[in-house]
Amino acid sequence: MWAIELPPFVPFFVAAALALVTRGQLRNVIMLAAPVLGGLHLLAVPEGIHLQMSFLDYELTPYRVDKLSLIFGFAFHIAAFIAILYALHIKDTVQQLAGILYAGSALGAVFAGDLLTLFVFWELLALSSVFLIWARRSTRSFFAGIRYLIVQVLSGVVLLVGILFHASETGSLAFAEIGIGSLAGWLILFAFGVKCAFPFLHNWLTDAYPEATPTGTVFLSAFTTKVAVYALARSYPGTELLIYVGAAMACFPIFFAVIENDLRRVLAYSLINQVGFMVVGIGIGTALSINGAVSHAFNDIIFKGLLFMSMGAVLHMTGRINGSDLGGLYKTMPRTTILCIVGAASISAFPLFSGFVSKSMVMSAAIEEGYGWIWLMLLFASAGVFHHAGIKIPYFAFFAHDSGIRVSDPPLNMQLAMFIAAVLCVTIGVNPSILYALLPYDTGYSPYDATHVLAQTQLLFFSALAFVWLNRRGLYPPELRSTNLDVDWVYRRLVPTALQRLFARLNVITELNKTLAAKLSTLSPLVARQFSAEGIFASTHPVGAMVKTVTVLLALYLVLSFV
Amino acid sequence: MKKIDKPDFFDKAENVSLMLRIFYGCCALLVVLDFVIDRYTYHPLESIWGFYPIYGFIGCVVLVIIAKWMRLFLMRDEDYYDVEEEKKLALMQMEKESDHVGD
Repeated sequence: MWAIELPPFVPFFVAAALALVTRGQLRNVIMLAAPVLGGLHLLAVPEGIHLQMSFLDYELTPYRVDKLSLIFGFAFHIAAFIAILYALHIKDTVQQLAGILYAGSALGAVFAGDLLTLFVFWELLALSSVFLIWARRSTRSFFAGIRYLIVQVLSGVVLLVGILFHASETGSLAFAEIGIGSLAGWLILFAFGVKCAFPFLHNWLTDAYPEATPTGTVFLSAFTTKVAVYALARSYPGTELLIYVGAAMACFPIFFAVIENDLRRVLAYSLINQVGFMVVGIGIGTALSINGAVSHAFNDIIFKGLLFMSMGAVLHMTGRINGSDLGGLYKTMPRTTILCIVGAASISAFPLFSGFVSKSMVMSAAIEEGYGWIWLMLLFASAGVFHHAGIKIPYFAFFAHDSGIRVSDPPLNMQLAMFIAAVLCVTIGVNPSILYALLPYDTGYSPYDATHVLAQTQLLFFSALAFVWLNRRGLYPPELRSTNLDVDWVYRRLVPTALQRLFARLNVITELNKTLAAKLSTLSPLVARQFSAEGIFASTHPVGAMVKTVTVLLALYLVLSFV
Repeated sequence: MKKIDKPDFFDKAENVSLMLRIFYGCCALLVVLDFVIDRYTYHPLESIWGFYPIYGFIGCVVLVIIAKWMRLFLMRDEDYYDVEEEKKLALMQMEKESDHVGD
C-alpha cells in the first residue's frame, strides 16, 4: 500500500491547495477526488498504525488509527463527499476551500493521538468553518459568524489551558482517557462541552448554523459536534455526569424546536437533541452504550445531513426558510419531498431506517444499567424528535397550507447528494450489520426483535396521532414570524445593554469634570491657561517618557535582585 | 412546467380524510398487537397496558402545551436583534469610510 502512514487530513489539504489554483470542472474533480481517494486509502489502513515524533520533552502522535477513530474517519469521508457533491454548483472559492479545509481539520482531529495535535485541529475547525457562515454575506451571518468564532476560539483556549495543566500533572500529552478527577480534566471537559453544545453552552450552534449558506450548513452539521462526541468518547467514557447532561440535551431543545419558525433552526435544535443521545451513551460507558453513541453519531451525520440538504434545497430554490412562508411545495418538488421524508423517518428512528438501529442501543443500555428515569427522558425525547423533526419539517415545508410557491427540484448535483444520503439511511436501517462491523466493541446486539419494533412503532404512531389531534383541534402552535429568546439573549442583549448603561454613567462623570474645569477657569487666568492647549492638563507624554520610566523600573529591579 | 392550479391529491378533502382513517386504523392495530405479541420487559412501567402508545401521545401533547406556554415569555419580533445589528454595521462602515478620508 502506498504511503500507509499518510494522515487522512493530507489529501483534503492538498486538494484545497490545488482547488485554489484551478477553476471549473477541474476543480470539481479535485474536490470530489479528495474524499473518494482518502476514503479508499483509509479502507486499506490497518488498525494500530501510528506516527510518532518528539517535540521538546513530549512524545507526539499526530496520527493514530484504532477502531474508534476509524469509524469516525469513514463517517467524515462519506459526509465530506456528500457535502462537496451537494455544493458542486457553487462558484464561490471561499466556500469551497472553507468546506474542504473544514472536513480535513475534522479528520485531523479524530486521528490525533496527542492533545497538542488535537488542539491545532480544534482551532482549525473553528477558523475554517466560520467562512461557511460569512459566505452568506448578510448582516445576520456576519454577526453570527463573529459570535461563533468567539465561542469556538474560547473553547480552544480553555482546551489549551487544560492541556497544559494535564501535561504538567501527568507528564504526558496522550489523547486518552482523562476523567474529571483533576482541574485539567474539568477544563478539557468544558472545552469539549462547548463544541458538543452542552446545555447553556449550546447557543452558538442554533445561532450560527441557520445563518450559514444552504450548502455550508450541510458541512457544519457533520463535523464540529461529532468531533466533540468523539473526543468525549475517547477521554470521558463512563463519566456519570455525562448521562445527566446528555439527557438534558436530548430534552430541552425539542421545546424550542416546536415554536421555532426557521426550519433550519428547528433542525439545529434537533441536532443538539440527537447529540444528547450520544452523550448519554458515552456517560453510561458500557460496551453496548459506547457502540450506541458511536453508531448514532455515524447515522446522525448522514440523516441530519440529508435533512439539512433538503431544507437547503428549499432555501436555495425559494429563497425562504420560515415555516410561515412555506407549504405545498410537494407539488413541484416531489423528489426533495420524498428524500426529506426518508431523512425524517431516519431521525425519528422508524424501524428499517438508520436511526432505529443505533438509538435503540443507547436506550437499551440505559435501561439495562438501571437508569430508569433517564430512559423515560430519552423515550420522551424520541417521541419529541419525531414530533418536530419527523413531522414538523416535512409538513410545514412541503404540505400544510399551499403557499403558492412553485419551484422545481434543485440542481442535479444536490438531488444526487440527497439521494446517496437517503440510500445510506435505508441500507443501514435494513442491514445494520454493515455498520455494526465497524463498531469498537462486539456486543452481538440485534435491534430487530418484536419487542423493540412494536414498542418504537407504537410510540411513533401515537406521537403522530397527538400531532394530528392537536392540529385538528387548532391547538397546535401556528408558525409565527418571530425570534425566540435563548441563552444568547444574555450576551446579545442583557450584557451589552448593561455595559451601555455603565458607560453612560461614566459619561456623566466626564461631563461633571468639564463643568468643574469651566468653573475653575473663571477663577483666574493662570488656572484657565492650564486648561488651554499649552497648559499642563493638555500636555501629552512622549514615548520617551515611558521608556525612561521602564528603564528606571528595570534598574530598580536589578538593584533589588542584588539585595 | 407542471399544470399549476389543478387540485392535487392532498388538496381534496376526501383524500385527506381517507389517509387519516387509514392512519387511525394503523394506530388501533398497533394497540391490538400488544395483546398478540408477547414481549419481554426490562422496566416495570413497560408491563402497564398500552404504555408506549399512552406515553407517546401524552408526552407530545404535554410537549406542545409547554412549548406554547414558553412563547408567552420567549417570543419577540422577528427583527428583535436585527435593528441593533444593522445600526452597528452602519457605524462600522462609516468608521471605515472616514479612515479612507484620512489617508
